[in-house]
Amino acid sequence: MNEPTLPLALAQRFATLVPHMRELGLRLLRVEREFAEAALPLRPEFLGDRERGLVHTGVVTSLIDSVCGFAVHARIGGLVTIATLDLRVDYLRPVRPPQALICRAECYRLTARIAFARAAVWQEDPGAPVATSLATFMHATRSMHEETP
Amino acid sequence: MTLAEARRAVRDGGDFGALLAFVPYAEWLGLRLHQRDAQAPVLRLPYREALVGNPRLPALHGGVVAGFMESAALLQLLLVLEQDRVPKSIDFSIDYLRSARPEDSYAACELTRLGRRVAQVQVRCWQSEATKPVALARAHFLLAPEANATAEHLQA
Repeated sequence: MNEPTLPLALAQRFATLVPHMRELGLRLLRVEREFAEAALPLRPEFLGDRERGLVHTGVVTSLIDSVCGFAVHARIGGLVTIATLDLRVDYLRPVRPPQALICRAECYRLTARIAFARAAVWQEDPGAPVATSLATFMHATRSMHEETP
Repeated sequence: MTLAEARRAVRDGGDFGALLAFVPYAEWLGLRLHQRDAQAPVLRLPYREALVGNPRLPALHGGVVAGFMESAALLQLLLVLEQDRVPKSIDFSIDYLRSARPEDSYAACELTRLGRRVAQVQVRCWQSEATKPVALARAHFLLAPEANATAEHLQA
């Protein structure tokens, strides 16, 4: 059976249509059925600690929320309406520019209405993540296809 | 200007921008001080199109709401404690209660735990109706040892 997949080009076009993803400069690298991966080049305005030159955790959280969303889209096989229910991030290491952030997220469980995702973020070494995260989403896939709600 | 000087300036009714300059990301998002209060200031994130995460609804990006609340928690610590350096984030957890509309958002924080090295801040974010929060969050921060002096005045 052919599983539906989300073409990378379509996902990338979607990313350019989302104002805040555009503002952040998020670059979608891979979208597979099992995971999504994106890069975020760092800029001086992303710092959360000017004196020590450390990147703000809000930048990492925004990246995670975005890429987890793509992982859910990828698992469903299309761009459906999703809403984040909750998100938890552990900041394992400080982030120092200039190396871009890479985030890889997977939707490890999909039910009729809920998607469970996890993500890791690193700079150079995937084995030394700067953050790991768990997120839960609601998705509207079923309601779009069902005849009755 | 040092962090201590910026903090003193804000406490004395001066420019919030001096403190904000220590956190460039919060400045980039567009954070403002909405309500001056020594222990529980209210921060505001003015709406602009670049903050949208879902253009169809439309709704603010979940990461914007999270980043705003993380910034609010951090600035609250910078304002109420005597830290010489910006505290480091340990973890962050957010519950989204309703979709954030394309309008101004507000955040207020509560310092729920102040230990020798770790502080916990709970954050509430709302929009036009203060009784209908958009999100609730909590964050843990690692403090520098000099915060101890302030612990006593908060407990008093």
